[in-house]
Amino acid sequence: MDIFASLGDGFAIALTWQNLGLALLGCFLGTIMGALPGLGPSNGVAILIPLAFTMGLGATPSLILLTSVYYGAMYGGRISSILLNIPGDEPAMMTCLDGHPMARKGLAGEALSLSGIASFVGAFFATWGLILLAPQLVKIALLFGPAEYFALFALAFMTLGGVSSTNQAKSAFAAALGLGLAMIGVDTQTGVPRFTFGEVHLYDGLDFLVAIVGLFALSEVFIFLEERHGSADAEGRQLKVGRLTPPMSMLKQTTPTMLRSSALGFLAGVLPGAGASLGSFISYSMEKRLVDREGTFGKGDPRGVAAPEAGNNAAAGGALVPMLALGVPGSGTTAVLLAVLLSLNITPGPLLFTQNPDVVWGLIAALFIANFMLLALNIPMVGLFTKVLMVPPRVLMPIVAMVSFVGIYGISGSSFDLMVMIGFGILGWVLRKFDVPLVPIILGTLLGNSMENNLRRAITIDNGDWFTLIDSPLSIVLWAIAIIGFILPLIVGRKVKARMHERGDEEGSLTD
Amino acid sequence: MSDRIFGVFGLLLAIGYTFAALAIEESFLSDAVGPKAFPIIIAVILGLSSLAIVLRPDPEPHWPPLARLAEIAAAIVVMILYAQLLPVVGFVIATAVASGYLAWRLGSSLIGTVLTGVGTSIGIYVIFHLIFGLALARGPFGF
Repeated sequence: MDIFASLGDGFAIALTWQNLGLALLGCFLGTIMGALPGLGPSNGVAILIPLAFTMGLGATPSLILLTSVYYGAMYGGRISSILLNIPGDEPAMMTCLDGHPMARKGLAGEALSLSGIASFVGAFFATWGLILLAPQLVKIALLFGPAEYFALFALAFMTLGGVSSTNQAKSAFAAALGLGLAMIGVDTQTGVPRFTFGEVHLYDGLDFLVAIVGLFALSEVFIFLEERHGSADAEGRQLKVGRLTPPMSMLKQTTPTMLRSSALGFLAGVLPGAGASLGSFISYSMEKRLVDREGTFGKGDPRGVAAPEAGNNAAAGGALVPMLALGVPGSGTTAVLLAVLLSLNITPGPLLFTQNPDVVWGLIAALFIANFMLLALNIPMVGLFTKVLMVPPRVLMPIVAMVSFVGIYGISGSSFDLMVMIGFGILGWVLRKFDVPLVPIILGTLLGNSMENNLRRAITIDNGDWFTLIDSPLSIVLWAIAIIGFILPLIVGRKVKARMHERGDEEGSLTD
Repeated sequence: MSDRIFGVFGLLLAIGYTFAALAIEESFLSDAVGPKAFPIIIAVILGLSSLAIVLRPDPEPHWPPLARLAEIAAAIVVMILYAQLLPVVGFVIATAVASGYLAWRLGSSLIGTVLTGVGTSIGIYVIFHLIFGLALARGPFGF
């Protein structure tokens, strides 16, 4: 078996002291970021990117650090959901529904440990899914020419708003804005400057890391300033955690739920535009339909805690599949991870598996290791993380802002980039007010140039014939999926979103 | 109403973007598509989506009162000053002042403000500069 041989090589790479240390650091920081309301996986990863660069890490160690943060944040989100009824990040929203009632019944420790185990199960199966599915997807992707790639990029943008999108016009606006920003700089094919307005700093284009940190991290600081939300939500509401192991009967009762939710969540993660929030949402709704005969869901049913946690962690693993195999991320955090890869001069996509197998398999092995570490961190040491929840935003937010500045200054050493970052922070704040999604902007700035290059290559190969874009069955299929994916939310979007937000826990966090 | 203004702004942006795209100088060595086509496609999408936002606006977003807007504006000014003065006064002082300001505006007490400012600044300096060796802005005092 090829896969096992490759995986073995991966473990050989991941099992160095440095990489194990990075995975542990990433898991720890990630859990904290996930647990703190206001810091989600995408801004958590975003502000740690500069750290990875300043430590002078290579591609594999950086990715190990940052994906551990990603997995960790998915674990951490549940802690504040259960204890405070405030989701630490958006995917953990559904965990509030049954997690907090359990905590109020005095079962906080059981809820935390059960959800930790559910997270583990979800992430574990999703990592296996990644191993099995990604190479298959690579085989398909190797058939792609420039025209198909262009269609694939279009598909990614058109479906990114997701099924839960309420306003497709705003998703399209965000994607166009991101693509438009990517055009700034010298045109790679003809060498003419575009949209630079004579500013020399812009000839290289905008650094997408600057855009990401500004949009995600700084805009969060502005939101907190606006709300003047300076005190910890945790103050005065701390619940007793109690025992930290779920009873066997509870585990037995929830096992089928975890397995079903893992499968469903993984699927939701792989599909473009769905992501972890939807993964946890559909897992929860399906379990409610299937097993909630006594109407205990929403009142502290352990299965209602296990389902969304297994679902969102499985979706997090699933979302890595299109990012690694196609180079097209399906969610916000994987878009940020893509930015990391691009900055390290690694182009994800089908060739990654043949050209940099060490990166891919080292990463996958690290995911397994991180998952075990997270289980170990999250069950016995959960008390430590509940303490972290007491850190009030009035202390946290200045640190977030300053780490963002330091990181960007450390990469470029120029005040100009800091100004651009502030600009993006303001833009991010305004757009969030208008409910314009930020992820398509990031994806646009990341993928804009390669999308354009594929378009131009496709048409140049065919001597200027634009119909080449819809010339092959494969590209027609991709365009069809893209169009359906764009239109479907117009019909069902409001309904799904309304149900996801039924409980009205509007949290200032970003989507996964 | 906010959405309509936003949409109109988006339309203007799309028009401006189109003009800027048309003004791109073509090189004599160009491929079949050229450097203008894709930006123009983007501008069209930007324009159409803005138009849709104008025609079908969402419910009014929740705008903060003027005082809170002033708060954000003040924070932006502080951040801009930080970006500009960083190379002049050095990392440690600039960061202590800026993070202290943010902590104060988020409701810290006087002591909390000083502690957060100094703590953030020294903490980042130690972790990023002394441990990881990141080059931070040097002021007149060398830190």
